[in-house]
Amino acid sequence: MNRRVVITGLGVVAPNGVGVPDFLHSIRNGVSGIRFMPQYEELNFNCQVTGLPEFDWSHIKNYIPEVALNGLKAISIGYGIKAALDAWTDAGNTMDSDQPRWETGCIFGSSVGDTSVVKNVINRVDAKESKKLGSRVVEQIMNSGVTAYISGRLGLANRVTTNSAACATGTQAILMGYEQVKHGLAKRMLVGSTEHVDSYIFGTFDSMRVLARKFNHLPEQASRPMSASAGGFVPGSGAGALILEDLEFALQRNATIYAEIAGGSANSGGQRSGGTMTAPGPGGIVRCITQALESSRISPQSIDLICGHLTATIADILEVQNWGVALDRKGDDFPLINSLKSMIGHCLTAAGSIEAVAVVLQLIHQFVHPNLNLEDPHPEILKLIGTDKIPTTLVKKEINAIAKANFGFGDINTCLIFSKYNHNG
Amino acid sequence: MDRREILEELKKVLAPYTENKEMLAGVTEQTDLINDLKINSANLVDIIIDAEAKYNIEIDMDSSEKMVDVKSCIDVIAEKMNVQK
Repeated sequence: MNRRVVITGLGVVAPNGVGVPDFLHSIRNGVSGIRFMPQYEELNFNCQVTGLPEFDWSHIKNYIPEVALNGLKAISIGYGIKAALDAWTDAGNTMDSDQPRWETGCIFGSSVGDTSVVKNVINRVDAKESKKLGSRVVEQIMNSGVTAYISGRLGLANRVTTNSAACATGTQAILMGYEQVKHGLAKRMLVGSTEHVDSYIFGTFDSMRVLARKFNHLPEQASRPMSASAGGFVPGSGAGALILEDLEFALQRNATIYAEIAGGSANSGGQRSGGTMTAPGPGGIVRCITQALESSRISPQSIDLICGHLTATIADILEVQNWGVALDRKGDDFPLINSLKSMIGHCLTAAGSIEAVAVVLQLIHQFVHPNLNLEDPHPEILKLIGTDKIPTTLVKKEINAIAKANFGFGDINTCLIFSKYNHNG
Repeated sequence: MDRREILEELKKVLAPYTENKEMLAGVTEQTDLINDLKINSANLVDIIIDAEAKYNIEIDMDSSEKMVDVKSCIDVIAEKMNVQK
């Protein structure tokens, strides 16, 4: 079985746009979603800015039954429901189904259950009041809670699971859903990931001294991938979702086809040869990109755009170098490259899925979104690629193939190759 | 608080857990929580926790297991409140 896999639906909850129309407007126009958090100043965080979606629960009150909404407190599950059900309806599907949808599954990534719900559990148990926790806690602290809510609402009954691979989670969820359809095991997969960086999660990264701390009062300038003044990443929250579909299944129901997933690969550098718990090893990255391209039958020379991981740390230089080695392209021959993180920060578990939604939108509407905060591209990067390969304004041009990668703690890599849909392959 | 008053308060406790608002409005002592009000059986524990707060009582495990319809709910609540039947 080797089925073609196309994308037919998109949903997004991002710091710079809730819903695809707002998000599209923001990424075209370089709108930042990073803001100052007075609470983080009070908490003595080094970094006091974050990317937070303008989300309220009214966004999902029409999505799930009132009984399910009552008692739902996990924000990351709320983001996931909104993104996933928007993608589902965007693909032309109705939500209600009396019967299980055996042909459709769900892989939705999540790194940690809601910590405010966990905090309540800790307080109750320590106060010897565990009897008062009730029935709705487990489903919100289990990592697969978001997948359970989504698949329950839609009756999804093929493979249903939650993956977790740090910052590679989102791309890995898409890859696994793609493989499920490609191998003929499902006709359709709802894939994505969600992240809510609350003050507890934020604090753990802040303590590692890997966050941007010099732009607390210029929040929109704080996330600076590939720049000489990049001083760490800015955590962000949100969710992204895609509907992946067997091409023939999509054609039979006259679905709008946005793009095709041409291939992909996931691996690990094994935390050897430069790879560690927190740093990706070059060998794993190059191998991952190379294998993704080989699986896609798209040549390295045909890649028009790289949507990188590019978090705004020193690792950006290494990443650009690795792309150059994997594609065997440099200088003026290098493809265009951008980082959505310059607008929304690093949405950790949700990074890959939100960034993948941006990838598909750039393919549909044939543009390259600008990189923000790149007045000072890093000189080491300019030794590798031409200045005009890192656009700071919107570029309108023909885009046929995009390479997208994310790298996570644990030396975990995932690369996806997206292409414009062409009926003749 | 007599049984009628407990019933009126109980309706408020049950409201967040049922989609069947019409059935809830016309609730009687014979109404079954799971079969009639279509309440998810896992949520019965939440109803008990909410009822404890509402009536300022403690409902032990053995009593809570009896609470399957409106009549048995009122029985247990009334007993815990030391109300004469």
